[in-house]
Amino acid sequence: MTVPAPGRAVLSNRLIASTIAVLLLLPLLPVVLAAFSRSYVFPQVIPAEWSLRAWRIVLGGGTGPALWWSIAVAGAVAAIALVVAVPAGRALGMHSFPGKGAVELMVLAPLLVPVVAVAVGLDITFLKLGLSGTFAGVVLVHLIPAAPYAVLVMAGVFANYNASFEDQARALGAGRWSVLRLVTLPAVRPGLIVAGFFAFIVSWSQYVLTLQIGGGKVVTLPVLLLATASGGDAAVTGALTIVYALPVLSLFAAASGHLLRAGFRGGAM
Amino acid sequence: MRAPRPWLLVLPVLVVVGPLFLAAVVFAVLQSFTYFPLIGLDTISAEAYRSLFTDTEFWRGLLLSLWIGGAAAGLSVAVGVCAALALRGAWGGSRVVAFLSQINLPLPHLVGALAMIHLLSQSGFLARLSHAANLIDSSAGFPALVNDPWALGIIAEFVWKDAPFIMVIALGVLGSVGRDYEAVAGSLGASRGQQLRHVTIPLLVPAVAPAAVIVFAFAFGSFEVPLLLGQSFPHALPLLAFRLHTNVDLAARPEGMAVAVVMTLLVIGLAALYLSLVRRHLRREAR
Repeated sequence: MTVPAPGRAVLSNRLIASTIAVLLLLPLLPVVLAAFSRSYVFPQVIPAEWSLRAWRIVLGGGTGPALWWSIAVAGAVAAIALVVAVPAGRALGMHSFPGKGAVELMVLAPLLVPVVAVAVGLDITFLKLGLSGTFAGVVLVHLIPAAPYAVLVMAGVFANYNASFEDQARALGAGRWSVLRLVTLPAVRPGLIVAGFFAFIVSWSQYVLTLQIGGGKVVTLPVLLLATASGGDAAVTGALTIVYALPVLSLFAAASGHLLRAGFRGGAM
Repeated sequence: MRAPRPWLLVLPVLVVVGPLFLAAVVFAVLQSFTYFPLIGLDTISAEAYRSLFTDTEFWRGLLLSLWIGGAAAGLSVAVGVCAALALRGAWGGSRVVAFLSQINLPLPHLVGALAMIHLLSQSGFLARLSHAANLIDSSAGFPALVNDPWALGIIAEFVWKDAPFIMVIALGVLGSVGRDYEAVAGSLGASRGQQLRHVTIPLLVPAVAPAAVIVFAFAFGSFEVPLLLGQSFPHALPLLAFRLHTNVDLAARPEGMAVAVVMTLLVIGLAALYLSLVRRHLRREAR
């Protein structure tokens, strides 16, 4: 018995798929080449000389603190976004109630409004409240664009959620917290992962909000990266770009099973 | 009380996001009308709007931002939908391809913008490949795709990042609808082109149109992408708003706020207009 050769349709599909993958990955290649080069000038396609110089600078400098700021801020944003998105998603996904339209508008509006408008509109308020230049202030302001994504994902999850298991658990004597902990949260766990991931990467990507509200004290990776990029050392900028991209790529790889199933219903970021 | 009331459930998100967001909007509007007691401005006037609307940089920045948003959304939809139609058969089989084609979704636009500098500038990777292929003699022979008047580098970044987003959404619809409707149209004598125009595209519109609005709003309001890939004159509106707002001359602040207010009104108005046009068109198609 012979294995049937792949048909022409399958081959052309693979060709299309590989073309798309190349188009997506090729733009990242020069950044990686630059990061490992000693000098990488026109017209070299491949660097003439390789070097880890940029990595010694990047791993020795302010990268560590910036990495921790980014992780702490994005982690806190994701955690708070989940805490508020689970009940809100449940209400919007499962119930209709008076004023629902207004709530949806309130939750979705921050997705359309440019973050720079939020940044300039809030900076004096934050200064007066003593939140400028603080961890709490940056987390709060990141929640404005991040929480709506988490709510959107959870609303989609709860729209397909079957609450009758909760009734059964209650009939068997489970209290409110046991129902939440043992029935509801395990049932929506894939949604929680996707929603948390979205909130994390929205926060991870914020530049101008952090710059304006962080006031030079909360220096996350994007703030450090743009300052480095204006310094003009392509190798160092490239290395720091990789440091900035790797954590979200790893998270994506870890969560990709859930994300692919969820079909990335959330948004464009 | 067995099930908590819906209003109680939405309260946390409204408490966390609502006051801050509303405060941002209210203060931006007040300050744009030169009401800002903290720096001694306490008369309400439309002075900031008046000087803004007579400033050519504002109008050119507005056109630039509309162009960036429109071109980014239009091209992302075109590329994303075509890729989805081309890939729909292959999708289920290849998890590797599914993974690879979503790999830049989690990447920040800042990474994309820096990558575009390396890729598209006159001494960038494509210029070097062109030189290696003897297409150009020097870097000056390569077209300016970064910091260029047509914002091509900016648009390229958004298409690179957002076309996969549109593709994933379109694939989701195509996968859940299946090919039955197209097959019925085909058996009734519709050509491939007619199937695409009257069956497939209308099926895609309800999911793709809101996604296009998100892409437009994001490209229109983006800060760091035009900062890295744009020209210094005219500035896209988000950069103009920030520059005026952080001007050492405090009197310029209301103008920065006015730019922010105009941007916000425009993006919400255009999104509402576009979605209502789409809805009306779908209703007419359905008749």
